[in-house]
Amino acid sequence: MDKLPSPLFPHRHLLGIDGLKADEISALLDLAEGYVEQNRADDKKRTVLRGRTIINLFFENSTRTRTSFELAGKRLGADVINMSVDGTSIKKGETLIDTAMTLNAMHLDALVVRHHESGAVHLLADKMNCAVINAGDGAHEHPTQALLDALTIRRRKGSLKGLTVAICGDILHSRVARSNIALLNIMGARVRVVAPRTLLPAQIERLGVEVFHDMARGLADVDIIMMLRLQMERMNGNFLPSLREYFHFYGLDQAKLAKAKPDALIMHPGPINRGVEIDSAVADDIDRSLILGQVEMGVAVRMACLDLLLRTDEKRNDA
Amino acid sequence: MPSTLFKNARLIDPWTHLDQAGDLLAVDGTIRAVGADAAPAAPADAVIIDCAGQCLAPGLVDMRVHLSEPGHEHLEDIETTSRSAVAGGITSLVALPGTEPVLDDVSTVEFVSRRARKLGLVNIYAYGAATRGLAGKELTEMGLLAQAGAVGFTDGGRAIADALVMRRALSYARTFDQLIVQHPEEPKLAAGGAVTEGEVATRLGLPGITPAAELIMVERDLRLVEITGARYHVAHVSTAAAIEAIRHAKAHGLPVSCDTAPAYFMLNETAIEEYRTFTKLSPPLRPEADRRAVVEGLRDGTIDAIASDHHPHDQDSKRLPFTSAAAGIVGLETLLPLALTLHHKGEVPLLRVLRALTQAPADILRLPIGRLAVGAAADLVLFDLDRPHRIRADQFKCKARNTPFDGLPVQGTVLKTFVAGRNVHSSDRA
Repeated sequence: MDKLPSPLFPHRHLLGIDGLKADEISALLDLAEGYVEQNRADDKKRTVLRGRTIINLFFENSTRTRTSFELAGKRLGADVINMSVDGTSIKKGETLIDTAMTLNAMHLDALVVRHHESGAVHLLADKMNCAVINAGDGAHEHPTQALLDALTIRRRKGSLKGLTVAICGDILHSRVARSNIALLNIMGARVRVVAPRTLLPAQIERLGVEVFHDMARGLADVDIIMMLRLQMERMNGNFLPSLREYFHFYGLDQAKLAKAKPDALIMHPGPINRGVEIDSAVADDIDRSLILGQVEMGVAVRMACLDLLLRTDEKRNDA
Repeated sequence: MPSTLFKNARLIDPWTHLDQAGDLLAVDGTIRAVGADAAPAAPADAVIIDCAGQCLAPGLVDMRVHLSEPGHEHLEDIETTSRSAVAGGITSLVALPGTEPVLDDVSTVEFVSRRARKLGLVNIYAYGAATRGLAGKELTEMGLLAQAGAVGFTDGGRAIADALVMRRALSYARTFDQLIVQHPEEPKLAAGGAVTEGEVATRLGLPGITPAAELIMVERDLRLVEITGARYHVAHVSTAAAIEAIRHAKAHGLPVSCDTAPAYFMLNETAIEEYRTFTKLSPPLRPEADRRAVVEGLRDGTIDAIASDHHPHDQDSKRLPFTSAAAGIVGLETLLPLALTLHHKGEVPLLRVLRALTQAPADILRLPIGRLAVGAAADLVLFDLDRPHRIRADQFKCKARNTPFDGLPVQGTVLKTFVAGRNVHSSDRA
């Protein structure tokens, strides 16, 4: 695992999928493949990032993403520190920038950031001397989620090219959807979005997707179904009249799943709301559901990201 | 006060459709003669300014300026606003009422004009708030405020949202023949939004505002203008649909006018890429088709005026994630060169551009300014129509630097500004 893809990854930060090239994504996924094997071994630890410091700066709660990044850093031998900042207590950007300046003074090697506002991670990255990884900013991007989804699909289907992928549910508020749309398009998949009109942002079709409002039609002959988490707090008679109605029309159950290809696979970024966006029987179908596999790939992909950004940066500095 | 003879000028006055070489004589702060009879009428001791063939036009009338004094002097005070205005060739400006305290009573309106008079740089007029505290509920004392000098009524950057309050504001303002200025945005539709709804907003994951929020407010108001007959002005119009609605209303004889700001004909929504908060405006930047409609509205006269919409912000308000950042840009010193791009690109004739900056706002406000008329105040701007320069925010006379146009090459440079015949600004570039 000590070999890095060549040529060097040309990006200092990983702020989004938008702007990456197909060969860069492939190289990153190739690197992650190796880490999948390592993570399954008894000795999970490597030392490629020994002596490096990584901070996970989370302005929004997230157990799984934060833990995944923490494990990724530690398994590469880096020192990882978690910082949680209450999103409501930091509203002033000067504080956000002050935070960046303060962390900068501590000579970090990587900063992993989640923030509730789109573009906030870009703002931070402008001020940081170290690599910055976007762990989700507002409704904008969540690049490592898209990469881990891609790795999950690639391992099962061999390639992303030519697949038809349906992304279903709350597209409007979803950074996962935006990153996946970008990645799948770059890698040559066909992308559909399926949602009621209130959960679709304006002109989404111009991002290179086909739009469906009906699950039966949207899932017809697809290879992959990506369900999105529905955020309960947004459901009060505003975007949707009721959970019951939503599940009836948009929840993934056996009947709707039957419209997809017989070997279609089901994905979900988690945590899942059983009986809201997905039926338990479908979520737990070990032949079809990739949900736990996604979590496993998450650690490997994040290891690859940290490795690539930090070691490339080191080589860049040495050059 | 000595007389001043401006010789060898290219005299430009949209009011009289004048664009020819000639002289202008100012005596005791007022224009005494324009054209061929100016030089012979000049007294022997007149100060002579050789304009060297450059454009001499009425000083600009900026009908939309966010004043930060009282209340936010750290951003801008009346003195820095004044210096910035005259550096931009502006000789009269109208302050919006969103100061702290709000300009909703006689004493605050009088405070602004008193401070401006004391400084004696630029003429500052004020809009009174249309509703107390800009809260959109109770009408202000429009009659008394008008007597105190208010030149119209508006809730500034907030729309008067309640239809009944708007109807009464229009009705009541008409009693005193006063103007109501509206921020055209249906606030419930715009709530939480930061940019125009569409592809760019979707890609950046920013909350969008439908452009219909502007049209809906304008169309509602036009119906109320039909009922009340009041003079109604739409501030910073930015969408093709709203411009079309105004065009239609004007054709039907409604007493309606509107302005726009340079950002809306210079930039489209793609300028927000990279989350540049200096491009965050209210209303937000629009798609290219709307930008073109703004140009067309200026060309055919549907859009009467161009205002700077000067809105100073410090770094604390702009160095934030896009949704949290304050909306607005500074504009006093960039108003003329940005407006002149319309002429240089061949999109709008020069006289029409200058009318939108001088006579049109003066007429809307019913002020006897913005023209080279004998007997009018000698408020003048001398500018080089063609001289190129680069906009440099660090050279602004105002305190704030929040402009998306920093570094932009433009053509047209203010050389000197005169208020009541007095030279209040000379450019370093002169």
